[in-house]
Amino acid sequence: MQFIIMNYTPPADHPDADAVRAAADGELWGAYTRALIDAGIMVGGEALHPPHTATTIRMANGAREVQDGPYAATKEQLGGFYVIDVPDLDTALEWAARNPAATSGAVEVRPVIMRTP
Amino acid sequence: MSDAVRAVERVARLSYGRLVARLAARAGSLADAEDALSDALARALETWPRTGVPDNPEAWLTRTARNRAIDRARSGLLPVAYEQDLTRMAEERSQTPAPTMDPRLPLMFVCAHPAIDPSLRAPLMLQAVLGLDARRMASVFLMPPGTLGQRLTRVKAKIESTAIPFELPEGRDFEARMTDVLNAIYGAYVVGYNGMPAGDPKAATLAQEALWLVSLLADGFPQAAEAHGLFALMLFAEARRPARTDASTGALVPLEEQDTTLWDGGMLGDAETALRNAARRPSLGRYQLEASIQAVHAARARTGATDWDALALLYAGLVEIAPTVGAFTGHAAVLCETEGPAAALTALDAIPEAARASYQPWWATRAHVLARHGDIAAALEAFDRAIGLSDDPAARIYLSGRKARLLQS
Repeated sequence: MQFIIMNYTPPADHPDADAVRAAADGELWGAYTRALIDAGIMVGGEALHPPHTATTIRMANGAREVQDGPYAATKEQLGGFYVIDVPDLDTALEWAARNPAATSGAVEVRPVIMRTP
Repeated sequence: MSDAVRAVERVARLSYGRLVARLAARAGSLADAEDALSDALARALETWPRTGVPDNPEAWLTRTARNRAIDRARSGLLPVAYEQDLTRMAEERSQTPAPTMDPRLPLMFVCAHPAIDPSLRAPLMLQAVLGLDARRMASVFLMPPGTLGQRLTRVKAKIESTAIPFELPEGRDFEARMTDVLNAIYGAYVVGYNGMPAGDPKAATLAQEALWLVSLLADGFPQAAEAHGLFALMLFAEARRPARTDASTGALVPLEEQDTTLWDGGMLGDAETALRNAARRPSLGRYQLEASIQAVHAARARTGATDWDALALLYAGLVEIAPTVGAFTGHAAVLCETEGPAAALTALDAIPEAARASYQPWWATRAHVLARHGDIAAALEAFDRAIGLSDDPAARIYLSGRKARLLQS
Protein backbone atom coordinates (compact mmCIF):
# COMPACT_ATOMS: atom_id res chain seq x y z
CA MET A 1 0.00 0.00 0.00
CA GLN A 2 1.16 3.51 -0.69
CA PHE A 3 0.91 6.23 1.93
CA ILE A 4 1.67 9.93 1.80
CA ILE A 5 3.49 11.35 4.81
CA MET A 6 2.99 15.12 4.99
CA ASN A 7 5.37 17.11 7.15
CA TYR A 8 3.83 20.09 8.90
CA THR A 9 6.44 22.26 10.55
CA PRO A 10 6.27 25.51 12.52
CA PRO A 11 7.57 28.65 10.74
CA ALA A 12 10.90 28.62 12.62
CA ASP A 13 11.82 25.56 10.58
CA HIS A 14 11.65 27.44 7.26
CA PRO A 15 12.30 31.17 7.57
CA ASP A 16 13.44 31.38 3.94
CA ALA A 17 14.25 29.30 0.93
CA ASP A 18 17.93 28.96 1.80
CA ALA A 19 17.08 27.62 5.21
CA VAL A 20 14.68 25.14 3.64
CA ARG A 21 17.41 23.92 1.37
CA ALA A 22 19.80 23.81 4.29
CA ALA A 23 17.27 21.86 6.34
CA ALA A 24 16.56 19.49 3.46
CA ASP A 25 20.26 18.81 3.12
CA GLY A 26 20.59 18.98 6.84
CA GLU A 27 21.28 16.19 9.17
CA LEU A 28 17.82 15.20 10.36
CA TRP A 29 15.91 15.38 7.11
CA GLY A 30 18.78 13.95 5.12
CA ALA A 31 19.18 11.07 7.56
CA TYR A 32 15.45 10.36 7.54
CA THR A 33 15.24 10.46 3.76
CA ARG A 34 18.23 8.16 3.38
CA ALA A 35 16.71 5.73 5.86
CA LEU A 36 13.52 5.60 3.75
CA ILE A 37 15.49 5.07 0.54
CA ASP A 38 17.74 2.39 2.04
CA ALA A 39 14.71 0.56 3.42
CA GLY A 40 13.50 0.35 -0.18
CA ILE A 41 10.11 1.89 0.56
CA MET A 42 10.53 5.40 -0.87
CA VAL A 43 8.25 6.06 -3.86
CA GLY A 44 8.77 9.82 -4.05
CA GLY A 45 8.57 13.08 -2.23
CA GLU A 46 9.55 16.73 -2.36
CA ALA A 47 10.55 19.54 -0.02
CA LEU A 48 8.62 22.76 -0.62
CA HIS A 49 9.59 26.42 -0.51
CA PRO A 50 8.24 28.23 2.56
CA PRO A 51 4.55 29.14 2.87
CA HIS A 52 5.04 32.86 2.07
CA THR A 53 5.94 31.81 -1.48
CA ALA A 54 2.51 30.20 -1.89
CA THR A 55 -0.35 31.60 -3.96
CA THR A 56 -3.91 30.48 -3.30
CA ILE A 57 -6.66 30.57 -5.91
CA ARG A 58 -10.32 29.89 -5.26
CA MET A 59 -13.75 30.65 -6.71
CA ALA A 60 -15.98 32.61 -4.32
CA ASN A 61 -19.56 33.42 -5.40
CA GLY A 62 -18.64 32.76 -8.99
CA ALA A 63 -15.68 35.12 -8.89
CA ARG A 64 -12.05 34.13 -8.90
CA GLU A 65 -9.94 35.19 -5.96
CA VAL A 66 -6.17 35.09 -5.92
CA GLN A 67 -4.35 35.53 -2.61
CA ASP A 68 -0.80 35.57 -1.38
CA GLY A 69 0.08 32.89 1.10
CA PRO A 70 -0.98 29.34 1.86
CA TYR A 71 -4.54 28.00 1.82
CA ALA A 72 -4.69 27.03 5.49
CA ALA A 73 -3.78 29.74 8.01
CA THR A 74 -2.36 27.43 10.66
CA LYS A 75 0.80 27.73 12.72
CA GLU A 76 2.28 24.57 11.25
CA GLN A 77 2.58 24.62 7.48
CA LEU A 78 3.13 21.91 4.90
CA GLY A 79 6.88 21.80 4.39
CA GLY A 80 7.14 18.74 2.20
CA PHE A 81 5.94 15.20 1.71
CA TYR A 82 7.04 11.64 1.15
CA VAL A 83 5.20 8.84 -0.61
CA ILE A 84 6.16 5.41 0.73
CA ASP A 85 5.16 1.88 -0.18
CA VAL A 86 4.73 -0.36 2.90
CA PRO A 87 2.58 -3.41 3.74
CA ASP A 88 0.16 -1.66 6.11
CA LEU A 89 -0.79 1.41 8.14
CA ASP A 90 1.06 0.11 11.20
CA THR A 91 4.34 0.18 9.28
CA ALA A 92 3.51 3.59 7.77
CA LEU A 93 2.95 4.99 11.27
CA GLU A 94 6.28 3.56 12.45
CA TRP A 95 8.01 5.54 9.71
CA ALA A 96 5.89 8.63 10.33
CA ALA A 97 6.93 8.59 14.00
CA ARG A 98 10.56 8.84 12.85
CA ASN A 99 9.83 11.92 10.72
CA PRO A 100 11.59 14.96 12.25
CA ALA A 101 8.35 16.97 11.90
CA ALA A 102 6.70 14.59 14.40
CA THR A 103 8.93 16.29 17.00
CA SER A 104 8.83 19.89 15.78
CA GLY A 105 5.30 20.06 14.31
CA ALA A 106 2.97 17.35 13.11
CA VAL A 107 2.91 14.57 10.56
CA GLU A 108 -0.18 13.49 8.63
CA VAL A 109 -0.37 10.02 7.12
CA ARG A 110 -2.93 9.13 4.46
CA PRO A 111 -3.38 6.13 2.21
CA VAL A 112 -2.96 6.87 -1.50
CA ILE A 113 -5.76 5.75 -3.82
CA MET A 114 -4.19 3.26 -6.17
CA ARG A 115 -5.33 3.15 -9.79
CA THR A 116 -5.58 -0.25 -11.39
CA PRO A 117 -3.63 -0.14 -14.66
CA MET B 1 -14.98 16.16 43.85
CA SER B 2 -17.36 14.50 46.31
CA ASP B 3 -16.35 11.57 48.50
CA ALA B 4 -18.69 9.30 46.57
CA VAL B 5 -17.11 10.20 43.23
CA ARG B 6 -13.67 9.61 44.70
CA ALA B 7 -14.82 6.29 46.14
CA VAL B 8 -16.11 5.18 42.74
CA GLU B 9 -12.84 6.16 41.13
CA ARG B 10 -10.80 4.38 43.77
CA VAL B 11 -12.81 1.18 43.47
CA ALA B 12 -12.71 1.42 39.69
CA ARG B 13 -8.95 1.85 39.77
CA LEU B 14 -8.12 -0.82 42.34
CA SER B 15 -10.77 -3.39 41.58
CA TYR B 16 -11.53 -2.92 37.91
CA GLY B 17 -9.65 -5.99 36.71
CA ARG B 18 -10.86 -8.18 39.55
CA LEU B 19 -14.48 -7.22 38.86
CA VAL B 20 -14.19 -7.69 35.11
CA ALA B 21 -12.50 -11.05 35.68
CA ARG B 22 -15.23 -12.29 38.00
CA LEU B 23 -18.02 -11.16 35.74
CA ALA B 24 -16.36 -12.49 32.60
CA ALA B 25 -15.50 -15.82 34.19
CA ARG B 26 -19.17 -16.35 34.90
CA ALA B 27 -20.52 -15.14 31.59
CA GLY B 28 -17.65 -16.08 29.25
CA SER B 29 -17.71 -12.67 27.60
CA LEU B 30 -15.19 -9.93 28.22
CA ALA B 31 -17.15 -7.31 26.29
CA ASP B 32 -20.38 -7.97 28.21
CA ALA B 33 -18.51 -7.95 31.51
CA GLU B 34 -17.00 -4.56 30.71
CA ASP B 35 -20.38 -3.18 29.62
CA ALA B 36 -22.10 -4.45 32.75
CA LEU B 37 -19.36 -3.03 34.97
CA SER B 38 -19.47 0.38 33.35
CA ASP B 39 -23.27 0.37 33.87
CA ALA B 40 -22.69 -0.51 37.51
CA LEU B 41 -20.09 2.23 37.92
CA ALA B 42 -22.51 4.75 36.42
CA ARG B 43 -25.19 3.50 38.81
CA ALA B 44 -22.77 3.91 41.73
CA LEU B 45 -22.12 7.52 40.74
CA GLU B 46 -25.88 8.16 40.84
CA THR B 47 -26.60 6.26 44.05
CA TRP B 48 -23.61 6.60 46.36
CA PRO B 49 -23.81 10.37 46.82
CA ARG B 50 -27.35 9.84 48.20
CA THR B 51 -27.00 6.56 50.09
CA GLY B 52 -23.36 6.78 51.09
CA VAL B 53 -20.59 4.44 49.99
CA PRO B 54 -21.51 0.83 50.83
CA ASP B 55 -19.36 -1.11 53.31
CA ASN B 56 -18.10 -3.39 50.59
CA PRO B 57 -18.12 -1.30 47.40
CA GLU B 58 -16.68 -4.11 45.31
CA ALA B 59 -19.44 -6.54 46.26
CA TRP B 60 -22.03 -3.85 45.55
CA LEU B 61 -20.60 -3.26 42.09
CA THR B 62 -20.40 -6.99 41.32
CA ARG B 63 -24.01 -7.50 42.35
CA THR B 64 -25.24 -4.48 40.42
CA ALA B 65 -23.28 -5.44 37.33
CA ARG B 66 -24.68 -8.99 37.42
CA ASN B 67 -28.19 -7.70 37.86
CA ARG B 68 -27.67 -5.30 34.97
CA ALA B 69 -26.50 -8.20 32.82
CA ILE B 70 -29.54 -10.23 33.79
CA ASP B 71 -31.85 -7.26 33.05
CA ARG B 72 -30.29 -6.90 29.65
CA ALA B 73 -30.68 -10.61 29.00
CA ARG B 74 -34.35 -10.41 29.96
CA SER B 75 -34.97 -7.46 27.70
CA GLY B 76 -33.67 -9.60 24.85
CA LEU B 77 -30.34 -7.86 24.39
CA LEU B 78 -28.43 -11.01 25.23
CA PRO B 79 -28.83 -14.55 23.96
CA VAL B 80 -31.07 -16.87 25.95
CA ALA B 81 -28.24 -19.25 26.81
CA TYR B 82 -26.42 -16.40 28.45
CA GLU B 83 -29.48 -15.57 30.54
CA GLN B 84 -29.81 -19.18 31.72
CA ASP B 85 -26.16 -19.22 32.54
CA LEU B 86 -26.40 -16.07 34.56
CA THR B 87 -29.45 -17.29 36.45
CA ARG B 88 -27.80 -20.60 37.21
CA MET B 89 -24.67 -18.85 38.37
CA ALA B 90 -26.64 -16.41 40.47
CA GLU B 91 -28.18 -19.45 42.17
CA GLU B 92 -24.84 -21.15 42.62
CA ARG B 93 -23.32 -18.00 44.00
CA SER B 94 -24.78 -18.42 47.46
CA GLN B 95 -23.16 -21.87 47.76
CA THR B 96 -19.82 -21.18 46.09
CA PRO B 97 -17.07 -20.32 48.55
CA ALA B 98 -15.14 -17.19 47.73
CA PRO B 99 -12.25 -18.05 45.39
CA THR B 100 -8.86 -17.64 47.03
CA MET B 101 -6.99 -16.93 43.82
CA ASP B 102 -6.92 -13.42 42.45
CA PRO B 103 -9.37 -13.61 39.52
CA ARG B 104 -7.21 -11.19 37.54
CA LEU B 105 -4.61 -13.92 37.03
CA PRO B 106 -6.72 -16.16 34.77
CA LEU B 107 -7.94 -13.00 33.02
CA MET B 108 -4.34 -12.20 32.10
CA PHE B 109 -3.96 -15.68 30.60
CA VAL B 110 -7.12 -15.13 28.52
CA CYS B 111 -5.72 -11.84 27.19
CA ALA B 112 -2.47 -13.52 26.13
CA HIS B 113 -4.17 -16.61 24.66
CA PRO B 114 -2.40 -18.10 21.61
CA ALA B 115 -5.56 -17.49 19.53
CA ILE B 116 -5.13 -13.74 19.99
CA ASP B 117 -2.92 -11.67 17.69
CA PRO B 118 0.33 -11.06 19.65
CA SER B 119 0.29 -7.34 18.85
CA LEU B 120 -3.08 -6.98 20.61
CA ARG B 121 -2.33 -8.99 23.76
CA ALA B 122 -0.69 -6.12 25.65
CA PRO B 123 -3.38 -3.49 24.95
CA LEU B 124 -6.13 -6.05 25.62
CA MET B 125 -4.60 -6.91 28.99
CA LEU B 126 -4.19 -3.26 29.95
CA GLN B 127 -7.79 -2.65 29.03
CA ALA B 128 -9.33 -5.72 30.67
CA VAL B 129 -7.25 -5.75 33.84
CA LEU B 130 -6.60 -2.05 34.42
CA GLY B 131 -9.43 -0.40 32.50
CA LEU B 132 -7.24 1.73 30.20
CA ASP B 133 -9.21 2.97 27.22
CA ALA B 134 -8.16 2.67 23.61
CA ARG B 135 -7.85 6.43 23.18
CA ARG B 136 -5.27 6.64 25.94
CA MET B 137 -3.29 3.65 24.70
CA ALA B 138 -3.32 4.53 21.00
CA SER B 139 -0.43 7.00 21.08
CA VAL B 140 1.75 4.57 23.01
CA PHE B 141 1.02 1.62 20.72
CA LEU B 142 1.27 3.91 17.69
CA MET B 143 -2.13 2.96 16.27
CA PRO B 144 -5.05 5.21 15.30
CA PRO B 145 -7.41 5.26 18.33
CA GLY B 146 -10.37 4.11 16.21
CA THR B 147 -8.42 1.20 14.76
CA LEU B 148 -7.17 0.05 18.16
CA GLY B 149 -10.72 0.25 19.56
CA GLN B 150 -12.11 -1.81 16.67
CA ARG B 151 -9.36 -4.40 16.93
CA LEU B 152 -9.98 -4.81 20.66
CA THR B 153 -13.73 -5.18 20.06
CA ARG B 154 -13.08 -7.87 17.45
CA VAL B 155 -10.69 -9.71 19.78
CA LYS B 156 -13.30 -9.75 22.55
CA ALA B 157 -15.88 -11.16 20.12
CA LYS B 158 -13.37 -13.86 19.22
CA ILE B 159 -12.79 -14.76 22.89
CA GLU B 160 -16.54 -15.22 23.19
CA SER B 161 -17.16 -17.08 19.95
CA THR B 162 -14.24 -19.47 20.40
CA ALA B 163 -15.18 -19.90 24.08
CA ILE B 164 -11.69 -19.33 25.46
CA PRO B 165 -12.07 -20.51 29.07
CA PHE B 166 -11.52 -18.07 31.93
CA GLU B 167 -9.34 -20.54 33.77
CA LEU B 168 -5.69 -21.08 34.40
CA PRO B 169 -4.08 -23.49 31.95
CA GLU B 170 -2.87 -26.70 33.54
CA GLY B 171 0.11 -29.02 33.35
CA ARG B 172 2.59 -28.69 30.56
CA ASP B 173 0.51 -25.98 28.90
CA PHE B 174 1.02 -23.67 31.84
CA GLU B 175 4.64 -22.77 31.19
CA ALA B 176 4.15 -21.89 27.53
CA ARG B 177 1.08 -19.85 28.31
CA MET B 178 2.92 -18.09 31.15
CA THR B 179 5.61 -17.12 28.64
CA ASP B 180 2.91 -15.56 26.44
CA VAL B 181 1.58 -13.58 29.40
CA LEU B 182 5.08 -12.37 30.33
CA ASN B 183 5.85 -11.42 26.72
CA ALA B 184 2.66 -9.36 26.52
CA ILE B 185 3.46 -7.52 29.75
CA TYR B 186 7.03 -6.92 28.65
CA GLY B 187 5.69 -5.66 25.31
CA ALA B 188 3.60 -3.09 27.15
CA TYR B 189 6.64 -2.10 29.20
CA VAL B 190 8.96 -1.79 26.22
CA VAL B 191 6.62 0.46 24.24
CA GLY B 192 6.30 2.52 27.39
CA TYR B 193 10.07 2.66 27.86
CA ASN B 194 11.71 2.61 24.43
CA GLY B 195 8.88 3.17 22.00
CA MET B 196 8.08 6.61 23.37
CA PRO B 197 10.13 9.77 23.66
CA ALA B 198 12.14 9.42 26.87
CA GLY B 199 10.56 12.50 28.44
CA ASP B 200 6.93 11.68 27.53
CA PRO B 201 4.78 11.32 30.68
CA LYS B 202 2.45 8.87 28.88
CA ALA B 203 5.39 6.48 28.54
CA ALA B 204 6.14 6.55 32.26
CA THR B 205 2.49 5.87 33.09
CA LEU B 206 2.25 2.86 30.82
CA ALA B 207 5.53 1.46 32.12
CA GLN B 208 4.15 1.69 35.65
CA GLU B 209 0.91 -0.06 34.65
CA ALA B 210 2.98 -2.87 33.16
CA LEU B 211 5.06 -3.05 36.34
CA TRP B 212 1.86 -3.39 38.32
CA LEU B 213 0.71 -6.27 36.09
CA VAL B 214 3.94 -8.21 36.52
CA SER B 215 3.94 -7.66 40.29
CA LEU B 216 0.46 -9.21 40.41
CA LEU B 217 1.75 -12.17 38.47
CA ALA B 218 4.87 -12.64 40.59
CA ASP B 219 2.71 -12.40 43.72
CA GLY B 220 0.19 -14.90 42.41
CA PHE B 221 2.78 -17.42 41.23
CA PRO B 222 5.67 -17.51 43.69
CA GLN B 223 7.02 -20.62 41.90
CA ALA B 224 7.21 -18.99 38.47
CA ALA B 225 10.88 -18.00 38.21
CA GLU B 226 10.44 -16.11 34.95
CA ALA B 227 7.67 -13.93 36.40
CA HIS B 228 10.09 -12.84 39.13
CA GLY B 229 12.82 -12.44 36.52
CA LEU B 230 10.65 -10.10 34.44
CA PHE B 231 9.61 -8.19 37.55
CA ALA B 232 13.30 -7.70 38.40
CA LEU B 233 14.18 -6.70 34.84
CA MET B 234 11.46 -4.06 34.74
CA LEU B 235 12.35 -2.69 38.18
CA PHE B 236 16.02 -2.33 37.18
CA ALA B 237 15.04 -0.38 34.06
CA GLU B 238 12.51 1.73 35.92
CA ALA B 239 15.01 2.60 38.66
CA ARG B 240 17.30 4.16 36.04
CA ARG B 241 14.63 6.27 34.34
CA PRO B 242 15.70 9.56 36.06
CA ALA B 243 19.22 9.16 34.63
CA ARG B 244 18.16 8.35 31.07
CA THR B 245 18.17 11.88 29.70
CA ASP B 246 20.57 14.77 30.28
CA ALA B 247 18.63 17.55 32.00
CA SER B 248 20.53 20.35 30.25
CA THR B 249 20.76 19.06 26.65
CA GLY B 250 17.77 16.70 26.54
CA ALA B 251 20.06 14.03 25.07
CA LEU B 252 19.73 10.36 25.87
CA VAL B 253 22.44 9.10 28.23
CA PRO B 254 23.68 5.56 27.50
CA LEU B 255 23.57 3.15 30.42
CA GLU B 256 27.31 2.98 31.06
CA GLU B 257 27.59 6.80 31.18
CA GLN B 258 24.60 7.41 33.47
CA ASP B 259 25.07 9.22 36.78
CA THR B 260 24.44 6.40 39.24
CA THR B 261 23.45 8.82 42.00
CA LEU B 262 20.27 9.54 40.00
CA TRP B 263 19.22 5.89 40.10
CA ASP B 264 16.42 5.00 42.50
CA GLY B 265 18.21 3.00 45.19
CA GLY B 266 15.03 1.64 46.78
CA MET B 267 13.78 0.31 43.48
CA LEU B 268 17.16 -1.26 42.70
CA GLY B 269 16.94 -3.07 46.04
CA ASP B 270 13.47 -4.36 45.12
CA ALA B 271 14.85 -5.50 41.77
CA GLU B 272 17.64 -7.45 43.46
CA THR B 273 15.14 -9.10 45.79
CA ALA B 274 12.96 -10.10 42.85
CA LEU B 275 15.98 -11.54 41.05
CA ARG B 276 16.92 -13.56 44.16
CA ASN B 277 13.34 -14.87 44.30
CA ALA B 278 13.72 -16.01 40.70
CA ALA B 279 17.09 -17.63 41.31
CA ARG B 280 15.62 -19.88 44.02
CA ARG B 281 13.80 -21.87 41.33
CA PRO B 282 15.67 -24.47 39.33
CA SER B 283 15.08 -22.99 35.90
CA LEU B 284 16.84 -20.36 33.85
CA GLY B 285 14.93 -18.26 31.35
CA ARG B 286 15.27 -15.25 29.14
CA TYR B 287 13.94 -12.73 31.61
CA GLN B 288 16.17 -13.93 34.44
CA LEU B 289 19.19 -13.57 32.13
CA GLU B 290 18.12 -10.10 31.04
CA ALA B 291 17.56 -9.13 34.66
CA SER B 292 21.00 -10.48 35.56
CA ILE B 293 22.50 -8.32 32.80
CA GLN B 294 20.75 -5.33 34.37
CA ALA B 295 22.04 -6.35 37.80
CA VAL B 296 25.62 -6.28 36.49
CA HIS B 297 25.07 -2.76 35.13
CA ALA B 298 23.45 -1.73 38.41
CA ALA B 299 26.48 -2.96 40.38
CA ARG B 300 28.46 -0.05 38.89
CA ALA B 301 26.72 2.15 41.47
CA ARG B 302 28.68 0.26 44.15
CA THR B 303 31.88 -0.77 42.38
CA GLY B 304 32.37 2.23 40.10
CA ALA B 305 33.12 0.01 37.09
CA THR B 306 31.18 -2.15 34.64
CA ASP B 307 32.09 -5.85 34.69
CA TRP B 308 32.16 -6.42 30.92
CA ASP B 309 33.35 -10.04 31.19
CA ALA B 310 30.31 -10.96 33.27
CA LEU B 311 28.10 -9.20 30.72
CA ALA B 312 29.73 -11.10 27.83
CA LEU B 313 28.95 -14.41 29.54
CA LEU B 314 25.35 -13.47 30.25
CA TYR B 315 24.79 -12.22 26.69
CA ALA B 316 26.30 -15.40 25.27
CA GLY B 317 23.67 -17.30 27.26
CA LEU B 318 20.90 -14.92 26.22
CA VAL B 319 21.52 -15.24 22.47
CA GLU B 320 21.41 -19.03 22.94
CA ILE B 321 17.97 -19.14 24.54
CA ALA B 322 16.43 -15.97 23.07
CA PRO B 323 18.04 -15.24 19.70
CA THR B 324 16.41 -11.86 19.04
CA VAL B 325 17.97 -9.03 17.05
CA GLY B 326 18.06 -7.01 20.29
CA ALA B 327 20.02 -9.69 22.15
CA PHE B 328 22.55 -10.11 19.30
CA THR B 329 23.03 -6.35 19.09
CA GLY B 330 23.55 -6.09 22.86
CA HIS B 331 26.03 -8.97 22.72
CA ALA B 332 28.00 -7.22 19.96
CA ALA B 333 28.17 -4.00 22.00
CA VAL B 334 29.66 -5.94 24.94
CA LEU B 335 32.12 -7.80 22.65
CA CYS B 336 33.43 -4.40 21.57
CA GLU B 337 34.58 -3.90 25.19
CA THR B 338 35.88 -7.42 25.89
CA GLU B 339 37.36 -8.50 22.54
CA GLY B 340 37.58 -5.28 20.59
CA PRO B 341 35.74 -3.64 17.69
CA ALA B 342 36.73 -6.24 15.04
CA ALA B 343 34.97 -9.03 16.94
CA ALA B 344 31.99 -6.75 17.51
CA LEU B 345 31.72 -5.98 13.79
CA THR B 346 31.78 -9.68 12.94
CA ALA B 347 28.99 -10.26 15.44
CA LEU B 348 26.95 -7.34 14.05
CA ASP B 349 27.36 -8.50 10.46
CA ALA B 350 26.21 -12.01 11.41
CA ILE B 351 22.71 -10.66 12.12
CA PRO B 352 20.46 -11.28 9.09
CA GLU B 353 20.05 -8.18 6.91
CA ALA B 354 16.25 -8.27 7.01
CA ALA B 355 16.19 -8.16 10.81
CA ARG B 356 18.67 -5.33 11.21
CA ALA B 357 18.03 -3.07 8.17
CA SER B 358 15.62 -0.72 9.96
CA TYR B 359 16.55 -1.57 13.55
CA GLN B 360 17.82 1.66 15.10
CA PRO B 361 19.92 0.15 17.95
CA TRP B 362 21.85 -1.96 15.41
CA TRP B 363 22.90 1.18 13.50
CA ALA B 364 23.71 3.10 16.69
CA THR B 365 25.85 0.20 17.95
CA ARG B 366 27.54 -0.16 14.57
CA ALA B 367 28.36 3.55 14.49
CA HIS B 368 29.92 3.30 17.94
CA VAL B 369 31.92 0.18 17.03
CA LEU B 370 33.14 1.63 13.70
CA ALA B 371 34.27 4.81 15.44
CA ARG B 372 36.28 2.72 17.90
CA HIS B 373 37.69 0.77 14.96
CA GLY B 374 38.89 4.01 13.38
CA ASP B 375 36.67 3.69 10.29
CA ILE B 376 35.40 7.28 10.49
CA ALA B 377 33.62 7.55 7.14
CA ALA B 378 31.61 4.38 7.71
CA ALA B 379 30.91 5.43 11.31
CA LEU B 380 29.50 8.80 10.17
CA GLU B 381 27.25 7.00 7.70
CA ALA B 382 26.01 4.63 10.41
CA PHE B 383 25.36 7.56 12.78
CA ASP B 384 23.26 9.20 10.05
CA ARG B 385 21.24 6.06 9.57
CA ALA B 386 20.68 5.67 13.30
CA ILE B 387 19.53 9.31 13.46
CA GLY B 388 17.15 8.76 10.52
CA LEU B 389 15.64 5.72 12.21
CA SER B 390 15.15 7.38 15.63
CA ASP B 391 11.66 8.33 16.70
CA ASP B 392 12.89 9.79 19.99
CA PRO B 393 14.27 13.34 19.87
CA ALA B 394 16.50 12.49 22.88
CA ALA B 395 18.19 9.74 20.84
CA ARG B 396 18.67 12.12 17.89
CA ILE B 397 20.31 14.76 20.09
CA TYR B 398 22.66 12.17 21.59
CA LEU B 399 23.63 10.66 18.22
CA SER B 400 24.12 14.07 16.57
CA GLY B 401 26.41 15.02 19.44
CA ARG B 402 28.46 11.84 19.03
CA LYS B 403 28.69 12.42 15.31
CA ALA B 404 29.82 16.04 15.78
CA ARG B 405 32.54 14.94 18.21
CA LEU B 406 33.73 12.33 15.74
CA LEU B 407 33.95 14.97 12.98
CA GLN B 408 36.07 17.19 15.22
CA SER B 409 38.48 14.45 16.27
